[in-house]
Amino acid sequence: MTWSWSFVWQILPALLSGLWVTVRASLAASVIALVLGLLIAILRYQKIPVISPILTLIIDFLRGTPLLVQLYFVFYALPAYGLKLSPFVAGVVTLGVNFSAYTAEVYRGGLENVPKGQWDAIAVLGLPRVVAWWRVVVPQALRPIEPQLGNYIIAMFKESVLLEVITVPELMTQALNIANTTYRYLEPITLVGVLFWAISYPCARAIRHWERHVSKSYE
Amino acid sequence: LTVLAAGSSLGPYFPYLLKGFYVTLEVFALGTVVWLPVAFVLAAARMSRLLPLRLLAGFIIELFRGSSALVQLFWAFYVLPLAGVRLSPLTSAVLVLGLNEGSYASEIVRGAITAVAKGQREAATVLGLTPFDRFRRVIFPQAVTVMMPGFANSSIDFLKFTSFVSLVTVADLAYRADAVQNATGQTAAVFGIVLVMYYVASVVIANAGRGLEAWIRRRHGGGSRRLKVLTRVLTPASASQREEPMP
Repeated sequence: MTWSWSFVWQILPALLSGLWVTVRASLAASVIALVLGLLIAILRYQKIPVISPILTLIIDFLRGTPLLVQLYFVFYALPAYGLKLSPFVAGVVTLGVNFSAYTAEVYRGGLENVPKGQWDAIAVLGLPRVVAWWRVVVPQALRPIEPQLGNYIIAMFKESVLLEVITVPELMTQALNIANTTYRYLEPITLVGVLFWAISYPCARAIRHWERHVSKSYE
Repeated sequence: LTVLAAGSSLGPYFPYLLKGFYVTLEVFALGTVVWLPVAFVLAAARMSRLLPLRLLAGFIIELFRGSSALVQLFWAFYVLPLAGVRLSPLTSAVLVLGLNEGSYASEIVRGAITAVAKGQREAATVLGLTPFDRFRRVIFPQAVTVMMPGFANSSIDFLKFTSFVSLVTVADLAYRADAVQNATGQTAAVFGIVLVMYYVASVVIANAGRGLEAWIRRRHGGGSRRLKVLTRVLTPASASQREEPMP
């Protein structure tokens, strides 16, 4: 089988529309992962008796089981309990919650690096708790770990290809649809790899650059 | 509780699921045999003095890290046979997943070897060790301790990757979970049980990793006498006081 450019131009619009779904899904999942991860990290930081160990167990479980099976569970099993989600929403929520287990660990590292003196200062000034967290602690915790969070967003973008298994019309779904109707597999599936690479590689390079910049400013 | 009640009606399907668990562990074991050596070879090539070798390793690493292992697996499954390369789904899955994880893990290897203090290398050279001995007796034993936590993470990642083989017709745990829930309709129970099975496996792997790390540290501290002498010679007095001779 030889590579056909005319076929490539013919299928590119469908693939790009799939890529748009992939990008939207991973951005939406990023918002969940970034917000939920921070909330989990802050809750765990306070070492509340029952809640912190439960959160640790949930994080371990999310990190120790395949995203694929988690997607199956959310999409196929939860409707039996009255929680019926569209494929896109189910996929985004699962992806976001799954990655929040990873971002929570990144945030934890950031929070632990905030100098203890800051907490003393907060106590001396008698700052209200919410102000202390959002105006003092979190901004300082965030700066050095931002590139790491960026890496997880790229990872999420790449992993979002799994949404194919729950029929989200993302890039791989589009490619397999084309392949199954035209019986040409070479171009669609190769293009999926190329398109993923074309976005994730420059982003990864940019983050590596950013990381070097950030670590230099902390020396 | 409803999940437990439903689970009891799944009795007859347990041997079938367990067989899938066995297939998952098989893919895991075979894949580990691929990704570990790949990680070392790619790291060595990346740090080589020869530019073409460095470029080639960099290309392979960026190629495999640029998209998900699933994309690469589908490519191997659908496209390679068109080029006349006929591998069984299991073989191509093990190779592709192994190369993918190996590309990630090569950075762990490279990072650990770079992290071993430059002074160590210089001291070993001054002592007249050959480059091979320098690596085998001084740098590698120290670097391997640094690599262990990373390798444990890679192993757990790889365990999760193995579920991708279910999408290219290999009857692993995820594949059979889907089949059983189709046959019985006990969706929540089946996927719940299977998630727990994966979780138990990952906990076992994490603990094995920690155990192995502790074992290496112990051996490193009190094992080979020659190594012990060398480390004492090579590390500054303040550092050799510590339990583990790590940078």
